[in-house]
Amino acid sequence: MAAKKIHAIYTDDDLLMQAVTQTRAANYHISEVFTPFPVHGLDHALGLAPTRLAITSFLYGLVGLAVAMLMMNYMMIDDWPQNIGGKPSFTFYQNMPTFIPIMFELTVFFAGHLMVITFYMRSKLWPFRKAENPDIRTTDAHFLMEVDADNHDIQKLSKFLYDTGASEISLIENDQEH
Amino acid sequence: MSSHYEAPIREPLVLGEKSYADISADVAAPVLGKANKSWWIVFTIALIAFLWGLGCIIYTVSTGIGVWGLNKTIGWAWDITNFVWWVGIGHAGTLISAVLLLFRQKWRMAVNRSAEAMTIFAVVQAGLFPIIHMGRPWLAYWVLPIPNQFGSLWVNFNSPLLWDVFAISTYLSISLVFWWTGLLPDFAMIRDKTESPFQKKIYGILSFGWSGRAKDWQRFEEVSLVLAGLATPLVLSVHTIVSFDFATSVVPGWHSTIYPPYFVAGAIFSGFAMVQTLLIIMRKVSHLESYITVLHIEYMNKVILLTGGIVTVAYGIEYFIGWYSGVPYENYTYLSFGAATGPYWWAFWALITCNFIVPLTLWVKKLRRNIMWTFLVALIINIGMWFERFDIIVVNMSKDRLTSSWTLFQPTFVDIGTFMGTIGFFFVLFLLYARTFPVIAQAEVKTILKTSGAGFKKLRADHGDNVSHVQHVEEYPAEAGPAANVEGKHFDSPFVNPTDEDLENSNVDFGQHQQKIDTLIATVGTFDPALQKQDNLKKINGVGPLMEQKLHQLGIFTFEQVSRMTDREYDLLDDIISEFPGRAKRDDWAGQALLLKNKK
Repeated sequence: MAAKKIHAIYTDDDLLMQAVTQTRAANYHISEVFTPFPVHGLDHALGLAPTRLAITSFLYGLVGLAVAMLMMNYMMIDDWPQNIGGKPSFTFYQNMPTFIPIMFELTVFFAGHLMVITFYMRSKLWPFRKAENPDIRTTDAHFLMEVDADNHDIQKLSKFLYDTGASEISLIENDQEH
Repeated sequence: MSSHYEAPIREPLVLGEKSYADISADVAAPVLGKANKSWWIVFTIALIAFLWGLGCIIYTVSTGIGVWGLNKTIGWAWDITNFVWWVGIGHAGTLISAVLLLFRQKWRMAVNRSAEAMTIFAVVQAGLFPIIHMGRPWLAYWVLPIPNQFGSLWVNFNSPLLWDVFAISTYLSISLVFWWTGLLPDFAMIRDKTESPFQKKIYGILSFGWSGRAKDWQRFEEVSLVLAGLATPLVLSVHTIVSFDFATSVVPGWHSTIYPPYFVAGAIFSGFAMVQTLLIIMRKVSHLESYITVLHIEYMNKVILLTGGIVTVAYGIEYFIGWYSGVPYENYTYLSFGAATGPYWWAFWALITCNFIVPLTLWVKKLRRNIMWTFLVALIINIGMWFERFDIIVVNMSKDRLTSSWTLFQPTFVDIGTFMGTIGFFFVLFLLYARTFPVIAQAEVKTILKTSGAGFKKLRADHGDNVSHVQHVEEYPAEAGPAANVEGKHFDSPFVNPTDEDLENSNVDFGQHQQKIDTLIATVGTFDPALQKQDNLKKINGVGPLMEQKLHQLGIFTFEQVSRMTDREYDLLDDIISEFPGRAKRDDWAGQALLLKNKK
């Protein structure tokens, strides 16, 4: 893990976007960017791979649908095929219209909750987790770009970052555990 | 920058020349501040109503449902009326956060947080009624398909009441995680803004360690979008399923295929009315007039107009089909015995007046943008939509197929008390929310600031679309965080060098006092921004912003450094900074700093 990093703080999202583009063009490695709000297009500028959470959600939805169908087929058709108000409980298909509301709800339930849990796991968010933004102002109005400085001339790199419009530049020697 | 272009015809959504920092400050203010007297008064009233309602509920459950005004014909009255009313109110929140997100409506940003809170709290109230209206609520868990010792006796999945269980619990839980996920960045903002260690701890837990990484934001936005995509059909399905409680029955007046869309439209109608009621008060009390503007109120009034129109058309269709069906019972329910002319004529006309006639005034732009009038109309709609549910449930049941079972319904004080109790509970929750939660999704509002903020719109109007939107929010010295560095002197402390451009405006004469400064720093120790964190020196009694700035210029950043000061250092300090002689000694800065240092 890189031991030396430079934290460059910007006061504006347009400036940050421009700086990110320039820094990447100059072949410096941006290890992290902290922003107070979603800066649209930042993931693209950083070259982040698109997230696959939507795909997981779709799969979870299928699981929910399967659970609902198996559950109701077992309980209503296989286990106790009762006559309740003349509803045809001979096959799943015949009584399906009354199963649709719950099939729908469970699909949404699984797709929504499991995706959110996946998001919390992937992004390592849960109660009692320590925040890792290196500067508390990054949740308010400042933008922080963390650049690996290990194999670079610090003076040159900081001069470069200064030229991209950074308002504060600091060298971080001992990297926190991520 | 052209990416911030927005058609000049659009009115600004954020008034005043706000910066990003202003938004956080405005949103955090009610949380960081103290509750005022009026808050306590309203809270006390709500709490009393809640406790009274709780008493009514306990009385009902322990004595029996017979304490309500229900009879053998009318087995559902206020309980289910209130249930549908509360569920309906909840729908606007999801509509604002989900449907308007899918339609990319920027105006939703300022209202979605509170609308979602309203959803959660309203659904909680709604969720009480299916339990307390049971004859044996302690067996409520039997509605769940849990394997059991009765040969695994299951539930019947044909019943809309069971669908309700699934619909409401899915709705509540999905709304909750949607709301909470959106809250993480805002909790993080409060966590990093607050000075109180208790708040820091609490909001640290609530914010789940949100750090605002680029990847987190990418996922966050995807999750919001997918949840919005899931919540939109969910919100339509939930009230549809609630309407199935009636529509799947054989009761004339209930058995109607128009119910699902008509109930959903009614839910949005009543929900927006409640959002208006709450936000018109909140914007005033929490000083958020710059974010919840007249434009927001007008937009919501337009939604009210649309959904109110749909509901009115549905009333008309019900009447038409009642006549057109040729079914005598249907015809009877609507026309000859008639909701309009029977013993519940007042409830019917209350519905027509409140839901059809009064909202028509919103077609007038002047009234639509009039906050007082909107508030009044919203209140009237809330009442009218309660009557709509009451009419549907009670009027249709009171005169059914057999004349021998005709009857009327008279509520008891327990019916009324329970309803009042839920209103009280709702406001207890909402008032607590308004004091402890960031009531505006500040992270989202910041994303529209440059396109829709009044200041930026003016900037583009004055200087053209390609004007730079770069804003500088806070000048050095910043209150927190690592020290700044400037060109040419990247990692030494910039403060000991008198030629530094940052110090040009300083009153401290470095050239003259360099010797003394060096002596002073030698005693108290140097500050290394890479390893140490600076403290808020203003906590020391006697140190103001100006003095703090001076201390920073000398290179003093931490309590530790101040705590090492003795009389000799005080004198040196007085020599260097001549404005406040003897101040440091009088206030015993070192002693104070020692306490503050140990408290950390």
